[in-house]
Amino acid sequence: MDYDTLFAIVRLVWLAGAALFVLGLMRMNSPATARNGNIQSAIGMAVAVGATAILLLARPNSVSGLTAFNGVGWLIIVVGIAIGGGLGLYTARTVKMTAMPQLVSLFNAVGGGAAALIAIDDYLKLTGVPSPQINVATVLDIVIGSITFTGSLIASGKLMGRIPGKPILIPGGRLVTIGLAAVVLAGALFLWVGNLSVPVMGLILLAALIFGVTMTLPIGGADMPVVISLLNSFTGTAVAMAGFVLNNVVLIIAGALVGASGAILTKLMADAMNRSVLNIMVGGFGGGDSVAGVVGAEGASVRELGVDDAAIQLAYAQHVIVVPGYGLAVAQAQHAVRELAELLESRGVDVKYAIHPVAGRMPGHMNVLLAEANVPYPQLKEMDDINPEFERADVALVIGANDVTNPAARRAGTPVSGMPILDVDHAKSIIVMKRSMGKGYAGIDNELYTNPKTGMLFADAKDGLASLVAAVKAL
Amino acid sequence: MSETEALLAALTVFVLAILCGFAVISKVPATLHTPLMSGANSIHGIVLVGAMFIAVEATTPISQLLSLIAVAFATMNVVGGYVVTDRMLQMFRKKPTAPAPKADQAEG
Repeated sequence: MDYDTLFAIVRLVWLAGAALFVLGLMRMNSPATARNGNIQSAIGMAVAVGATAILLLARPNSVSGLTAFNGVGWLIIVVGIAIGGGLGLYTARTVKMTAMPQLVSLFNAVGGGAAALIAIDDYLKLTGVPSPQINVATVLDIVIGSITFTGSLIASGKLMGRIPGKPILIPGGRLVTIGLAAVVLAGALFLWVGNLSVPVMGLILLAALIFGVTMTLPIGGADMPVVISLLNSFTGTAVAMAGFVLNNVVLIIAGALVGASGAILTKLMADAMNRSVLNIMVGGFGGGDSVAGVVGAEGASVRELGVDDAAIQLAYAQHVIVVPGYGLAVAQAQHAVRELAELLESRGVDVKYAIHPVAGRMPGHMNVLLAEANVPYPQLKEMDDINPEFERADVALVIGANDVTNPAARRAGTPVSGMPILDVDHAKSIIVMKRSMGKGYAGIDNELYTNPKTGMLFADAKDGLASLVAAVKAL
Repeated sequence: MSETEALLAALTVFVLAILCGFAVISKVPATLHTPLMSGANSIHGIVLVGAMFIAVEATTPISQLLSLIAVAFATMNVVGGYVVTDRMLQMFRKKPTAPAPKADQAEG
């Protein structure tokens, strides 16, 4: 077979790989087919990479411009795949599910980094000013890829707790960020009008790398999911730009697909929190990790509930709805909550879980955590399905959830106004398990806590649930 | 194919793929958003194909270093991304048996 025929076949294989990506994403619509969809997408990837290897092996020197077989190049590929694959496999298999968002962010960082490196390498090889489309794509790839790289690393660090989750405001930080953006823009324009300059490209690269840091640092930990999703979209775009640089259609398709899907996902997440993406990126509130707070906030009369009282309420109820939130994820109490639910079920109590779209650290994160703890999937109810059921519930048990239960969201004029909430206050009685009266990231008091139907059980989610289990068993 | 035609073809594919991305995502329920973000995250690991292209052409030390990092980064993105997504989705499987007996194993 001559090379042109092989190249045509490989391009068809790439197309098939891209089709598998789209079909795989489509199958991720439903829990029943989602795993299959991911495997389908992985097969698409394996096929595309395999075909590339065959194409590169068969490529004659007249096409590649090489003078001889590049053994070092192939060694680089083999060693690089071994290192990257080993690290990826190890971290992905050993990570705790609660720590998974930061790992996704890390994988996103290296993806963006790889896309930027491709353009950097391409730029260093240039001998003359490239065609306008290559010039534009190269600069965009380097800029977007670098911002994603450092931005995702910071986001990951914040979720890991290595970098404080609260917004870090550097004096004049916003000016620095604007200044860096100006440097990037000016440098890009200088290159686009037809200049070839490695130092200017180096300056753009450096400014973009720092921009990624200064852009992400002032954003609070609670907003990180939206930021990670946005950066995921950025990486997709950077990869598509790398596709334009290398004139490779599979990179363009897959990159654009992820760029678009990431953008939609980002908007959905921000909508669920009643924030605009712009609002989040500009920064402001969003402390997230704040656990400080004094028990019994001023002016509000709160009814405190003992563990034994709570246990009796739960054990003799018919319908219980558990509302898990961020606090449950932080305390890693998902196994404890499943244990309590099973105990209650063995006593004939009907238990369901109300999952707010942004419960946990990412949309759907709570479902993953509860599924990992072997909570049967049919018990997990989405907000719109469970809200009418609160009226029939004898007890709503709120564990570490705050703003998503605040009835103030139904009124205008509060920071949470308009945010979709769980109608916890419609339940006949409410037990709120929380470490303190500390505020959620919206920074306002939760009117649910001062509701006469509400009893507050001040405890860490894991310890509190363990003592609840013990108390129910003792009944 | 002239350079302009090639660019037009690439732009066409780019725009259609963007629209495709919009259409596919808007249908996914919120519960699957995290696995989906992770799944999309693995897909941009396709940049590995690009990294392989620059690696086989790398003849200078700087190019060799850049392409080694690029290949390692991209592979980490691909392998780690798919494995962690699979781990998440594995948990969504329907459990035919009662949850109680299985629970003990999951504890470990």
